[in-house]
Amino acid sequence: MTKAEILKSSHFPWLETEGTDTDVVLASRIRLARNLKDVPFPGRADFSQLAAVREQVEGVMPAIAQAMDQDFEGIQLEELSPLELSVLVDKRLISPALAKNPQHREAIISADTRAVLMVNEDDHLRIQCQAAGFELDKPMAAALRIDDIIESQLDIAFDETMGYLTALPTNLGTGLRAIVYLHLPGLVFTKNIQSIAGIAPQLGLAVRSLFSDGKEASGCLYEISNQLTLGFSEKEILDNLKNAVAEIVAHERKARKALALYMKDQLEDKVWRSYGALRYARLLNEKETLELLSWVRLGLDLRLLGEVDRDSFGDVLIASRTSCIQYLADSENLSKNETDRLRAEQVRNVLAAHSQQKG
Amino acid sequence: MLCDDCGQREAVVHITQIGPEGRTEKNLCEECASGYGDFMLGSQAQQRKNVSVNDFLRGLFSQPQVRREEEGLPSGTELACPNCGMTYQDFRETGKVGCSVCYRTFRSQLEPLLRRIHGSSAHSGKIPRRSGGELNLKHEISLLREKLQQSVEQEEYEQAAQYRDKIRALEKELAAKEGGGQDD
Ligand SMILES: [Zn+2]
Ligand SMILES: [Zn+2]
Repeated sequence: MTKAEILKSSHFPWLETEGTDTDVVLASRIRLARNLKDVPFPGRADFSQLAAVREQVEGVMPAIAQAMDQDFEGIQLEELSPLELSVLVDKRLISPALAKNPQHREAIISADTRAVLMVNEDDHLRIQCQAAGFELDKPMAAALRIDDIIESQLDIAFDETMGYLTALPTNLGTGLRAIVYLHLPGLVFTKNIQSIAGIAPQLGLAVRSLFSDGKEASGCLYEISNQLTLGFSEKEILDNLKNAVAEIVAHERKARKALALYMKDQLEDKVWRSYGALRYARLLNEKETLELLSWVRLGLDLRLLGEVDRDSFGDVLIASRTSCIQYLADSENLSKNETDRLRAEQVRNVLAAHSQQKG
Repeated sequence: MLCDDCGQREAVVHITQIGPEGRTEKNLCEECASGYGDFMLGSQAQQRKNVSVNDFLRGLFSQPQVRREEEGLPSGTELACPNCGMTYQDFRETGKVGCSVCYRTFRSQLEPLLRRIHGSSAHSGKIPRRSGGELNLKHEISLLREKLQQSVEQEEYEQAAQYRDKIRALEKELAAKEGGGQDD
């Protein structure tokens, strides 16, 4: 995708629903933190040093593009408006930390948007690769392939005992953060989610909600990631996370079965009402959209609903973010009412497109 | 209250930052707060709402202080990283290390903190090809030593001689690297 397409699109391959365990797992992501030897980390580097880092990473890109057999689009963040920056953040292509100080920051995004190199975030380089569903091995292999090329051409900060040296001591060692995005309506409605979040730290994992207003999580969307980065190999870290996710997926399916069994009518009603609201509402706020969307996805996964294809979920999820609505309307100054009206319109359009595709 | 950074989501975290411009206080949403350090993405943020990043950092940093006299520093002068100028006080305030050299400069101060986060673990993951050159050599040598031993035990002396020669060559290479002033 080109920069304009990336900003405009609400469809990303890593939110598609072909893949492993996509009834529960939305996507999987790998992130490697890397720094150049002896160059101050971005938090302490001056502009000329930041510019030099960017230049060095850009210098390696032709080799990476060739190895990955893909074009990469380099987006210079200082050229983006604040709204465009939040669009990229809301699409989860870049982190809020990268967007915070756009000067000399860059996001280098592969044509299929599965790989992103963030330049001068907390670390000089963050290699981020993602895939749809429960699939950590492929993005890990892709991230390592990119990393191999980087370190064959650049000197990377490394210590025999501490491993890869990172700006945050919590990333030392492998510099690896593996994240799995989950849709857990069953565990939320059977009130089991807290116990999962409670056990996670003992397993060296962290669970947090993807969208939260501080009091409660919206849309039953969670991410689970490894907390420990040092003292374990990349494979051990992934295996630990995989075991936990497999466990959670099994519990979630059980919970859904229970809901479908004991609350069949209520569940079906909730799913269809939610679909009706998303399909026909004239005003939708961000939080409400997430909640309705969660019910619809559950209905699709339980085959209570077949009106649209499952890929509609990812598209609505992205397209309904306020930043994306503002970007399409080409205005940051929409009133809340206008935003909610445009959001409802956008959601209707996306759902209509996905039901037509079904024929 | 809306988040001070994005102005979109509800603020759930209060942080105090001490930077060059003095003290700034901010109320942040979880999303934006995550940019201030991976620390707080974990269960702490989940379980205790209104957790302060600073409180959490302070918790991490509140190990018994390495005493100045023990560091052999005259009081009043603070040790600064020769490469990036960071002092340990800077690190305590930002939670971010300044550069790769800082890890050597502040090794003794950082050690207790690292032990808290990571236990007494040593890296056992990937090793970079260039910067990790010596380590790669050492690994290779130890692998060859094992093979050499096996060959000797199985009385495959020709094989063993080959391993021995390889080990010698690699040891030479390693000595050249270490002697060449290239140690990390
Ligand atoms: Zn925010
Ligand atoms: Zn330093």
